[in-house]
Amino acid sequence: MANLNINIGKLQLKNPVMTASGTFGYGSEYSDFLDISRIGGIIVKGTTIRARQGNPYPRMAETYSGMLNAVGLQNKGVDYFINHIYPTVKDIDTNIIVNVSGSTIEEYVETAEKLNLLENIPAIELNISCPNVKEGGMAFGTNCLSAAQVVREVRRVYKNELIVKLSPNVTDISEIALAVEGEGADSVSLINTLLGMAINAEKRKPVLSTITGGLSGPAVKPIALRMVWQVAQAVKIPVIGLGGIMNASDAIEFMLAGATAIQIGTANFIDPTVTIKVIDGINEYLDRHNFKSVQDIIGALEI
Amino acid sequence: MLDLILKENKVLSDQYNLLILTSKDKIPEILPGQFAEVRVDGSPTTFLRRPISIHYVDYELNELWLLIQVKGDGTKRLSNLAPGESLNLLFPLGNSFQEPASKEAGILLVGGGCGVAPLLYLGAHLKKKGFHVNFLLGARSKADLIELCEYERFGNVYTTTEDGSHGESGFVTQHSILNNTVFDYYYTCGPTPMMKAVARHANKTKANCQVSLENTMACGIGACLCCVTDTTDGHVCVCTEGPVFNITKLKWQI
Repeated sequence: MANLNINIGKLQLKNPVMTASGTFGYGSEYSDFLDISRIGGIIVKGTTIRARQGNPYPRMAETYSGMLNAVGLQNKGVDYFINHIYPTVKDIDTNIIVNVSGSTIEEYVETAEKLNLLENIPAIELNISCPNVKEGGMAFGTNCLSAAQVVREVRRVYKNELIVKLSPNVTDISEIALAVEGEGADSVSLINTLLGMAINAEKRKPVLSTITGGLSGPAVKPIALRMVWQVAQAVKIPVIGLGGIMNASDAIEFMLAGATAIQIGTANFIDPTVTIKVIDGINEYLDRHNFKSVQDIIGALEI
Repeated sequence: MLDLILKENKVLSDQYNLLILTSKDKIPEILPGQFAEVRVDGSPTTFLRRPISIHYVDYELNELWLLIQVKGDGTKRLSNLAPGESLNLLFPLGNSFQEPASKEAGILLVGGGCGVAPLLYLGAHLKKKGFHVNFLLGARSKADLIELCEYERFGNVYTTTEDGSHGESGFVTQHSILNNTVFDYYYTCGPTPMMKAVARHANKTKANCQVSLENTMACGIGACLCCVTDTTDGHVCVCTEGPVFNITKLKWQI
């Protein structure tokens, strides 16, 4: 049994496996299937200052080895989270991290300020990369200046660990990573979904109500892996890798490319117990390769 | 989540297969209207699980029945499963049809196409509870009007076919039983225009009308928020708040 503990800044994880925002609800949706406290961290659904109804149906299209979604940040707002969800998740023995989104910088700041007061929320993940809302979201994350500005303003009010989730829908993701690192981000997570599209040829109509949506699943993994590798070389802060991880081998590849931890997203929809299998699989890999600690494989890619 | 073993794969017509599954473990109690998320292995184009209605449960034989309509690669793969192969199911998921308040209630179960699937188990359940059940089943032609003898075990069966090859000619919504008899409870599953027509019909007499929706789903457990429908409570997940909805909850223009 190797040591699976890792730290992302001040954030201590019992293992490097986390769940990606929007794919694991608030954790309770999965508690019938697995002991969710075994997971290193649970990043709960994207939360905004006010409740959002999200986009109209249809919101999803299956693709080869993946899916497009256009949920559009449906959530009941940060106050609902604080009053109704937080009391039910705060004592789970794992890191409960809130993904924060907004349409304006003020909304990000106000939401972060409220979450800063919660004792058992050790970190937030700033979502500057949602492709499914018209205003804000990805608009912040596709430009170095606006990415830097939103991180700077949130950093002023948020004292715990600040993870910034990056969009792959950019020319050079390393530049954005450097920009948010420069403004005090404690770590970056990448990638959010890739902007894509699906068409129903028989009806000559788009499949999604929003025409375009975010692609996830193993279809995006090679791109995500490449971006994690690039960003890990560019920045000094820890990198959290995600994008199409389906099993332990995928997770290990991201860590070899330089990720300190990983997130599992779409795979939860196929196998609700996948996180546990990945944790066990990483441990098995470490034992088989005689690594004493999971930290030994971070960036251990031999070129 | 359970791996079930295929006991029998019955070809019912050129587009329908009946999968009879069993397990070493006891099949858990399933309510009428609930569904399973079925993992499809060996189909390169099928990434997500397929939400499939529970068609029937035989607790004595420890059998779970799924009715498969071959639509794409995933359902094609399911229709080609051989006895002895295993199938991974996440179930039972979703809510259920609500029973009538009175044993004397007039009940009509209206199904079209593959939408008949949950109605067999609902009919069986209602009959067991002492209700008197009527089925109205529609299909394109006689060949697709499948398993009628199974429905006849649990109630009166009325049929329509679009080509007039069995029962009355036309759509279920044109059938005389629907138009000449007033029922207290309508349960329906099938194409949306059909369900809306049944809802309109029920609405005339303010009868209770419960519809089973079939939105595209990813997780099936309320996490991904992909399968929402618009209700009087806003967007809700069909997989957890449904699949069965009373029409008074839905924002249908009827």
